[in-house]
Amino acid sequence: MKVYVSSVVEAPAERVWERLRDFNAMPKWHPGIADSRIEGNQPADKIGCIRNFYTCDGGQIRERLLALSDYDFSFTYAILESPMGVTNYLATIRLVPITDGNRTFCEWTAEFDCDPAREGELRELIGQKVFKGGFDALKHQFAKA
Amino acid sequence: MVSIFRSTIIDQPIDAVWRVLRDFNSHYLWHPEVAESEIEGGLPADQTGCVRRFRLKDGDELREQLITLSDRDYVSTYCILDSPIPLLDYVATVRLRPVTDGDRTFWEWRSTFRTPPGREDELASKVATNIYEGGFAALAAFLARGGQARLRAAAAQPVARGEAVEAEAIVVRDHGGPTVLVAETVRVPPPGPGEARLRQTAIGVNYLDVRLRAGPNGLLKPPATPGVEAAGEVMEVGDGVSHILPGDRVAYACLPVGSYAAIRTMAAHHLVVLPPGIDDETAAAAMLKGMTAEYLLHRTCRVQRGDVVLVHAAAGGVGLLLCQWARHLGATVIGTVGTPDKARLARDAGCDYPIVAPDHDFAAQVREITKGHGADVVYDGIGKASFAGSFEALAMRGHLVLYGEATGMPDPISHAMLAEKSATVSRPVLFHYTAAPDTLRDMARNLFRMIESGALKVSINQRFPLREAPEAHRRLEGRLTTGSTILLP
Repeated sequence: MKVYVSSVVEAPAERVWERLRDFNAMPKWHPGIADSRIEGNQPADKIGCIRNFYTCDGGQIRERLLALSDYDFSFTYAILESPMGVTNYLATIRLVPITDGNRTFCEWTAEFDCDPAREGELRELIGQKVFKGGFDALKHQFAKA
Repeated sequence: MVSIFRSTIIDQPIDAVWRVLRDFNSHYLWHPEVAESEIEGGLPADQTGCVRRFRLKDGDELREQLITLSDRDYVSTYCILDSPIPLLDYVATVRLRPVTDGDRTFWEWRSTFRTPPGREDELASKVATNIYEGGFAALAAFLARGGQARLRAAAAQPVARGEAVEAEAIVVRDHGGPTVLVAETVRVPPPGPGEARLRQTAIGVNYLDVRLRAGPNGLLKPPATPGVEAAGEVMEVGDGVSHILPGDRVAYACLPVGSYAAIRTMAAHHLVVLPPGIDDETAAAAMLKGMTAEYLLHRTCRVQRGDVVLVHAAAGGVGLLLCQWARHLGATVIGTVGTPDKARLARDAGCDYPIVAPDHDFAAQVREITKGHGADVVYDGIGKASFAGSFEALAMRGHLVLYGEATGMPDPISHAMLAEKSATVSRPVLFHYTAAPDTLRDMARNLFRMIESGALKVSINQRFPLREAPEAHRRLEGRLTTGSTILLP
């Protein structure tokens, strides 16, 4: 199944990207993430590096960075381990400048397989709590800045 | 190579924006730089490979070819074939993405091209500013003021000026049930002196239409096209018409009947120009009922802060508007409705005390709610079935306004009855209030201001294609509708 969430942040794309491109920086901007580290002391922009982090409700997740583009303002990652019960999980965050008003269009897309009975629950968790929750936090942070 | 990238957010759902942009020939309708356009060879405007030939406002003629169109990705790519402006190897892509946060649309427009040496900046600025940024603002405005309806209208055949044209219309050949509403092709004459020919985009359906269809009356004599309300675009005007111009968006609510038609020629003095904030569908849904609410509340009597107003059929077309407007004026609003669902609708529209009274037994409850005072003003469009109760619910020195007789003419009243409570009883008719052009424009202006400010919400809850007018009437007669019903040619 596929989950797609998009939003508008009132800041230039370069500034939003500065915050998002650090694969290890989720705890700095996402309210649902408690702490994070990159395994094996690798740089957070090395393709293939693995972030290992805890959500605020205690779940541990490991994700591998598959692509990072400073040209397209986008990165893609896969879940290696998580308590969510998803397989083949691939997600991409992409930013596009909105020249009208110097703002940023933000997209977060995930594709994964799961037990069909859990689709609604996972759509809510991933789409609303994780993705929309993250974008709302960004909107809030850049509105204050 | 010059690269241009511009993007914006349009405050409309992606499908509304895409419906316009996927039509490769729509740009002359909304883009301020484009004067006229056509697809060569009569091809559909969504056929990949089709060529649009168009003229800019400054006279330049261009040809552009559609080379990608994707409804899946919301992408349209096109290139310039011929242009007096030296944009060489020009390829442009329009792409939409949904903004799930707020149901809006992200729109990017990018292109690459070459220019003669030294002209890069000048041409880049022209494309980015005049074409892309100008297009963003214009399409947003176009959609906000009812562009969808204009798009449909433009898809119809172009019309030669000064000649009769054929158009679809509903014709009633005998009075009777909804099935007497038959779609036919009729000839619409060019406008004579004092007239205008309209391409109608949305048509209001009213209970009056049902009554005039059902049995003999002085207002609709078969064969005739029914309907008293619509909005659309002025195609041409006859001699002596100065307050409207071809291209104006206009609306009307008037007699004689004849609004159930795709194209109509009619007296121009009934037409009011729509402000940008009022879209065609809203106007078609609101002119008759909204101007009715306007004169009932401001002209037949003047409802004041603190008045108790009783509105019958409070969830109906006029009822919902009366509730909102009376509440806005500071009145206490009591409404009667037939079902609990309709009570909820009335309450949402500002009705303080909805009374569910399918059998029109409400007078005692009005007395109870008002602690014996009764209603200072009663708006009764029901007639026979409710009139006695309305009079009973009326306060001392109250005003009973009978503005329709959906259930038939009530029994006559006597002077002695009026004297019981110094009552005033009126039987106003909208068309007597709108007969003077100045009053008509005042009423329309008040109505549009109320809608634009958000104080009056027009709920269009039923839309039917014009030829499905019988079904629209069936629902209205069966009391199965709420808010307004419109027909779309």
